[in-house]
Amino acid sequence: MITWIKGGEVIDPRKGEKKTLDIVIKKGKIERLLPPGDFRPQGDIDLKIIDASGMIVTPGLVDMHVHFREPGEEYKETIATGSQAAAAGGFTAVACMPNTNPINDSRSVTEFILERARKANLIRVYPVAAISRGSRSESLTEFGDLKQAGAVAVSDDGRPVTSSELMRRAIEYARFFNLPVISHCQDLNLSNKGVIHEGTISTKLGLQGIPAASEEIMVVREILLAKLTGYPVHIAHVSTEGSVKFIKQAKEEGIPVTAETAPHYFSLDHTAVVGFDTNAKMYPPLREPKDVEAIKIGLSQGVIDAIATDHAPHSLIEKDVEFDKAAFGIIGLETALPLTLALVREGVMGLPEAIAKLSYNPASILSIKGGVIEEGKEADLTIIDLNNEYVVKKESFKSKSHNSPFIGWQMKGKAILTMVGGRIVNDKLKISN
Amino acid sequence: MYRFNHKDLLGMDQLSVSDINMILDTADSLMEISSRDIKKVPTLRGKSIVNFFYEPSTRTKASFEMAAKRLSADTLSLSATDSSMVKGETLIDTARNLQAMNPDVIILRHSSSGAPHLLARYVDAGVINAGDGMHEHPTQALLDLFTIRKKKGRIKGLKVVIIGDIAHSRVARSDIIGLKKMGAEVTVSGPPTMIPVDAESLGVKVVFDPEKALNNKDVIMMLRIQLERQSEVLFPSLREYSIFFGLNKEIIKRAKKDVIIMHPGPINRGVEITGDLADGPFSVILDQVSNGVAIRMALLYLLIGGERGDNLD
Repeated sequence: MITWIKGGEVIDPRKGEKKTLDIVIKKGKIERLLPPGDFRPQGDIDLKIIDASGMIVTPGLVDMHVHFREPGEEYKETIATGSQAAAAGGFTAVACMPNTNPINDSRSVTEFILERARKANLIRVYPVAAISRGSRSESLTEFGDLKQAGAVAVSDDGRPVTSSELMRRAIEYARFFNLPVISHCQDLNLSNKGVIHEGTISTKLGLQGIPAASEEIMVVREILLAKLTGYPVHIAHVSTEGSVKFIKQAKEEGIPVTAETAPHYFSLDHTAVVGFDTNAKMYPPLREPKDVEAIKIGLSQGVIDAIATDHAPHSLIEKDVEFDKAAFGIIGLETALPLTLALVREGVMGLPEAIAKLSYNPASILSIKGGVIEEGKEADLTIIDLNNEYVVKKESFKSKSHNSPFIGWQMKGKAILTMVGGRIVNDKLKISN
Repeated sequence: MYRFNHKDLLGMDQLSVSDINMILDTADSLMEISSRDIKKVPTLRGKSIVNFFYEPSTRTKASFEMAAKRLSADTLSLSATDSSMVKGETLIDTARNLQAMNPDVIILRHSSSGAPHLLARYVDAGVINAGDGMHEHPTQALLDLFTIRKKKGRIKGLKVVIIGDIAHSRVARSDIIGLKKMGAEVTVSGPPTMIPVDAESLGVKVVFDPEKALNNKDVIMMLRIQLERQSEVLFPSLREYSIFFGLNKEIIKRAKKDVIIMHPGPINRGVEITGDLADGPFSVILDQVSNGVAIRMALLYLLIGGERGDNLD
């Protein structure tokens, strides 16, 4: 069978180009990319036509930071439901963080995750393994064994590596296996019992604050360790003006560091917590308008390489409680694309740049497939209708959890078709497989 | 025409100046009941009030209970230890169960900021915040305003200093909001570890040194130093705290001659305030307690007494 995506504007984030092209897909791979009108299917072939005129076609989106909760907290999300949410949001690949129960610090958990992903059979799920056993910052996990099992990176995400010595050794040891190291930056002593950003809102609401410095101290530590070891460190969920400044400086000095932010850090500030909305509670916390501005500038200047959702499903049990008792985190897979497209309309980034941050860049950081549209490559594609307007509804989420501060938001731009290896996994165009 | 139109009292920020005046005026007119021989009027007969105290409290709980009883309401008191919360029931489930018994008002004291707001979303009963975490304690602020107005004849234009752990104090937050609304000038004072970040955003002046902050003040509000804060490295010792941040008869000379000293209680004698000042002529600490009953009577009356918004006379 041949699939023919006709007349879409194809975005090549690597080259930063946008061109109207037809895409011919065979056996799950992109066979040909050619100007409209050049493809003339001949004879009696089994042909599926997808009319993408007026739409854009991008490499399948890649989310380098999700929490799929399986194993251990399947009532919040499973790899199957998370995969559905990803596909619905336009994502063809995700990297799932190891803070499950048990923590993904062994081959068996990594293999379990991959097995579940195979069963779900929707998108590509890449496990991220823990840096330290039990993410307790005491001893290293078996990076080599984990990599062979299928882990694509290491991180203790959800917690920082508290020991600077251990972090140094982790980075050095990861180098041997070429494993990316992802850091959750938080000085636990300084964030203490904090639940929201420390500032005017924490003062007004009488909630314990988490100062920006709690993140920035660790960002600076990781930069210094990257310099010390000469091996890259990736900074997860950057949220403050200071972090952007330090990462920018590090990059200018040639220190190997990359960074991601999440859509909520450029879409919301700490005033969202007023009224004690637990869907505005996440780590790092929503910051101040000046931080939101700095994140946007960081994105536009390339200081921040990737946009990742930090998709963190929680049920009502964790969220419909007193604010200080509520869990940190929000879901993000199904709102990331429209929130990013809003930045494009705002003029923060061009469309190809934005798509790069949602596909090519995270794929490169993790050295995984995807992020490009080229002949011979896997047909992982997303078709986006930039003009599709809708209101985010709780009932529409494919994710098992609904903890989103964006419910009720008016959005513009939607992934109307998601294709993984030539197979349609999200079909709002109603093209049956 | 003005109407007191609230179902809940969650915080001082929801009240207008007219609301506050109405509450204080109503308290004034109810004050007299507490000095009668038979201290009871039938105003809230048949109404049920739940006192739900998820955190220890003597004064506030007793005050609400007394207020409700003087208005002939039926009261039920629950504390964390005898509620199902110790069995792991969530606040919302407890709230739904209480609601099923159809009370008119639930008075909630809780260690989490915002807990009354959560409760109010799930019950039809009126919710009164009797102190939530470090957020607000609106009835304390109202009784403080009432006390100031009774002693000084006005609130507008007065210079007030609040000294102590401002960052962790729900009393300070509510007092600041109320005092600012009523036109007072507010200064906060204490060690920098106890002054919240961006304190100025609350509309107050920050003067760390109490001795300087006391200068020319009409009203001094002392806050209780919670002993457990010592372990949170906010200050090294009670001894040092009392020397540099405690109120004593030397530094009080900087305030106005007719200054009044307030304290929400319970007092740590010799820590934030010396015993002689707490018991001395400037102190209105016990007036605050008496006034508290009247304020809570007023509130219960305004929230559930007959037609919402009716005046007493």
